[in-house]
Amino acid sequence: MSFALDVFSLAAIGAGAFFFFAGMVGLLRFPDSLTRLHALTKADNLGLGLVVLGLLPQAGSLLAALKLIIVWVLVLLSGAATSQMIGRALRKGEDRK
Amino acid sequence: MNDLLLAAAGFILMTVAVGFARVLRGPADVDRMMAAQLFATGGIAALLLVAHATTVPGVEDVALGLALLGSFASVAFVNGRADSTTESAEPEAESSQGEDRT
Amino acid sequence: MNLLPIIDVGLALLVLGIATWTIAAREVFGAVVGYVVYGLLLSLVWVRLYAPDVALTEAAVGGGVTGVLLLTAGARLRSGGGKEAGEATGLPLRVVAAVLSLLVALGLAAVVLFLPEPPATLAPEARAGLAATGLGNPITAVLISYRSFDTMLEKIVLVLALTGVWSVAADGAWGRAPAPIGRMAPDGALTLLTQTLAPLGIVVGLHIFWVGADAPGGAFQGGALLAAMWMIVMMARLAEAPRIDARWLRLALIAGPAVFFLAGLAGVAWGDGFFSYPPGFAKPIILFIEAFMLLTIAVTLPMLVAGPPSRGAGR
Repeated sequence: MSFALDVFSLAAIGAGAFFFFAGMVGLLRFPDSLTRLHALTKADNLGLGLVVLGLLPQAGSLLAALKLIIVWVLVLLSGAATSQMIGRALRKGEDRK
Repeated sequence: MNDLLLAAAGFILMTVAVGFARVLRGPADVDRMMAAQLFATGGIAALLLVAHATTVPGVEDVALGLALLGSFASVAFVNGRADSTTESAEPEAESSQGEDRT
Repeated sequence: MNLLPIIDVGLALLVLGIATWTIAAREVFGAVVGYVVYGLLLSLVWVRLYAPDVALTEAAVGGGVTGVLLLTAGARLRSGGGKEAGEATGLPLRVVAAVLSLLVALGLAAVVLFLPEPPATLAPEARAGLAATGLGNPITAVLISYRSFDTMLEKIVLVLALTGVWSVAADGAWGRAPAPIGRMAPDGALTLLTQTLAPLGIVVGLHIFWVGADAPGGAFQGGALLAAMWMIVMMARLAEAPRIDARWLRLALIAGPAVFFLAGLAGVAWGDGFFSYPPGFAKPIILFIEAFMLLTIAVTLPMLVAGPPSRGAGR
């Protein structure tokens, strides 16, 4: 049972690391600031989310597992709000030009 | 198991470090801020992985603190750039005047 | 294959690279971004050195408060009409700065590399004295019990720094409120973020302060988090910076050092002397002092970022 949990953890963490890689590639290769913003949020949501999901079976206690999930929810929330704000600031900058 | 967690942490750190190149290249300040944001999220992921692999106590609180503050620099950045939004500040002044009248 | 040294070396090289970028950046903003990232990386380094309390402080102060401070100051410099690049510092000055920094770095490296083996440490004695204080976290014991006088002086230094910032104000502006650090019109996304993040942040900050007695945490880390929450509320314009002559503000600013000092004086009456806690009552007294220190830190840091009072603001 714990072996299956370990495999699950490693699979989730590996997938999370892949999404971080994808976010980095997007940040470096996409042509426009707005498209780069889009790539960034994928790393936030899926990258960190899968890593947290993979660490949940390894957490020591229920409180520790809850804290992990709260960390992910906070990053989701702040990522969503700041990408809206950055997008709006970018759009305003373009309109001014 | 621990070794694999550490390998994942190292991979994520390397990834966001390469993303730091956007700070060097990025034509606008926004791109630099986005690279810093990616760094913050990757840092949280690497922190959680390293802490699980090396069993440092109380590190979930550090991750909580980082998660709370991860967007602060972005907010301060957008805030600092909003210097010429006097036209959008006008409706706010009008609405607050309306509130004072009622 | 042992991965840990590889990760450590990689982390150290990353920190050096970011630091180099921070110094070499041409623009204020690039350097500030480098500094914030540097703070985040240092937080990781502290975790690797098994110092979660310092990691928490580094994340809160380096990533949050100082980042906002530098960005706000940079924005103010830009809008104040100052030259963007400033006068270029001459080469002799830069050479002198580089040589002095190198000397300090070499001195530190020599101290660390040539430590006697095993290194002299007071950790066992610090841990042995924990039972008398009733605390479980040796860091808190060092801060509030073993060297409590230093900690109180640090808080006074914070208040002095704030007084220094306030003294930059124009004469006619004394007593007013600082110019608002939020410069945008109320923005839906930012308001949502603040209204959801701030209550959570306050709960987490109080939690970190409370568990600091037995687990990594403490008044300074909790206070820095609370300060960051007030700063985001100010940036979202959901609240404004208060007038600097507001009585509650001034009471909150001196509450921490004052309570600390009074507790130290009380030690003369019912303890063994100045700054001694009566055994058995040590933990409640320590938590009482920490609560007021929390208040002072949570109020001082945002006022530092808000800056000196401005002539056009305040009623």
